[in-house]
Amino acid sequence: MITFESVSKSYPGGTRAVTDLDLEIPTGSFTVLVGPSGCGKTTSMRMINRMVAPSSGCVRIDGQDVADIRAVTLRLGIGYVLQNAGLFPHRTVLDNVATVQRLLGLSKAQARSKAYEAMERVGLDASMATRYPAQLSGGQQQRVGVARALAADPPILLMDEPFSAVDPIVRLELQQEVQHLQSVIKKTIVMVTHDIDEALTLGDRIAVLAPGGVLHQYASPLEILTRPATEFVTSMVSKDRGFRQLSFATLEDVRATALPAPGADGLIELGALAPGWKLRLDPAELRAVWLDPSGVEFAAGPAVRRGDTVRSALDAVLASPVSAALLLNGDSVPSACVTIDDLAPYLRHGVRDPA
Amino acid sequence: MINEMLAYFADAANWSGSAGIPARLGEHLWYSLLAVLAAAVIAFPVGVFIGHTGTGRVLLVSASNVLRALPSLGIMTLLVLLMGIGLLPPLAALVLIAIPPILAGVYAGVANVEPSVVDAARAIGMKDSRIILQVELPLALPLILGGLRGAILQVVATATIAAYVNLGGLGRYIFDGLALYDYGEVLVGAVLVTALALVLDGLLALLVKALSPARRAIAR
Repeated sequence: MITFESVSKSYPGGTRAVTDLDLEIPTGSFTVLVGPSGCGKTTSMRMINRMVAPSSGCVRIDGQDVADIRAVTLRLGIGYVLQNAGLFPHRTVLDNVATVQRLLGLSKAQARSKAYEAMERVGLDASMATRYPAQLSGGQQQRVGVARALAADPPILLMDEPFSAVDPIVRLELQQEVQHLQSVIKKTIVMVTHDIDEALTLGDRIAVLAPGGVLHQYASPLEILTRPATEFVTSMVSKDRGFRQLSFATLEDVRATALPAPGADGLIELGALAPGWKLRLDPAELRAVWLDPSGVEFAAGPAVRRGDTVRSALDAVLASPVSAALLLNGDSVPSACVTIDDLAPYLRHGVRDPA
Repeated sequence: MINEMLAYFADAANWSGSAGIPARLGEHLWYSLLAVLAAAVIAFPVGVFIGHTGTGRVLLVSASNVLRALPSLGIMTLLVLLMGIGLLPPLAALVLIAIPPILAGVYAGVANVEPSVVDAARAIGMKDSRIILQVELPLALPLILGGLRGAILQVVATATIAAYVNLGGLGRYIFDGLALYDYGEVLVGAVLVTALALVLDGLLALLVKALSPARRAIAR
């Protein structure tokens, strides 16, 4: 557990970076500090590894004031990922990743074998090992940065705008991988971002900070979306706020519409679902096709699963020519589909209380 | 005059003995080496300190300018008057001209390391000594060698003054020639100093190129 106890930071000249911050970051959580530039989010995060000293108050890790721990010892136990990776340009990828292990006193060979493991965990091919950072793309550099932070297996991981310098497609990919990684490694992650979308996607706890380092709300993403505590939080989440809530419910409880049995020709008459339309399932090719009354074929589009979010299901339904997405229940041939009517309770009453 | 110089080079007698060309070259290199080493011992830690901490930059600039403005021959003559003839006065004069380029190279090299790289090094748990040795100095190497190269060039060119106070080196030819109005011999000294400076500079240029991180980054 990382605890901020009435922490403030002001600079000579009177600038206030952080104002009386109280925050409890539970062990194993993914906490995101989000806010516009100048809100003290990076400053606050850097107090955890003593890269910034608070003007007043203190930061504790499992009850111990970090000011009482030797800075170098403290930092060696905390992974750190920087915005532009911050790799050593004169060292190979492998040696970059092995840095912390070497600092901890491992032999070169041991550190390197650990480094290969860390590279594999973040999806870096072993053939990258001998390259220099300048030879990598931005996304690859960022992966190396994450691998370096994880190589020594620290219990805490700090990430300072780790994905803001890469293009949107790579960002999405890295976000998904970090999410997946966290589900496996269960670190205490503290991430800083100015991107509320990223915060809502990745965080399980979100701290919204306003300029001057004032904490406005500290809650789960769903709560931030459904019950923003202040005007400031409302303005931060205003874009797609309603639509986005649908990400926080899955199809587990959705009443799906059963598909009629196929006819003699193997085609399913959709009947009331979409008068005149038929569905052809082709289990051999794992491909389904909608047929309109005159026989024109339409690709079935993405199928949905029980674990998918209502938001992605709605997207699939809207993209389908018959306003229905096939529902896969683990069987290879879908026996049901999700229609706009099945999702209606969520659209009408919100995620909290769909019934 | 050119012919006299060529004749001097052609005479085998001028290539041996304690006053021969190899011996003079050796002396010249020896004075230069001593001066550059002494200057490096002084300038290197100061440059690293100022580059790493960022304190004392104003002092660095003004001290460098003062040192650059000092006339080497004047300093040496003054020291000879104070301390008498010996190796120390010319060496001190050479050290003083070698310090500014080395200091500037080390300082600029260390100070110009990407701040985010240094920040990363500190944040992942490197202490200052490690940051300097493992991050800043390797990245500063091209600029450090560049400064060293400038210093060597200047010292080799200026080390001729040692002969002014009865020491050896390639300056011997110049001062002896001038005294005897033998301009062929003066030219011998000038050509040898120039050639030595060019050869050393060329070798150092190759070294700088081979050690530059940009080049290493491209080589697979």
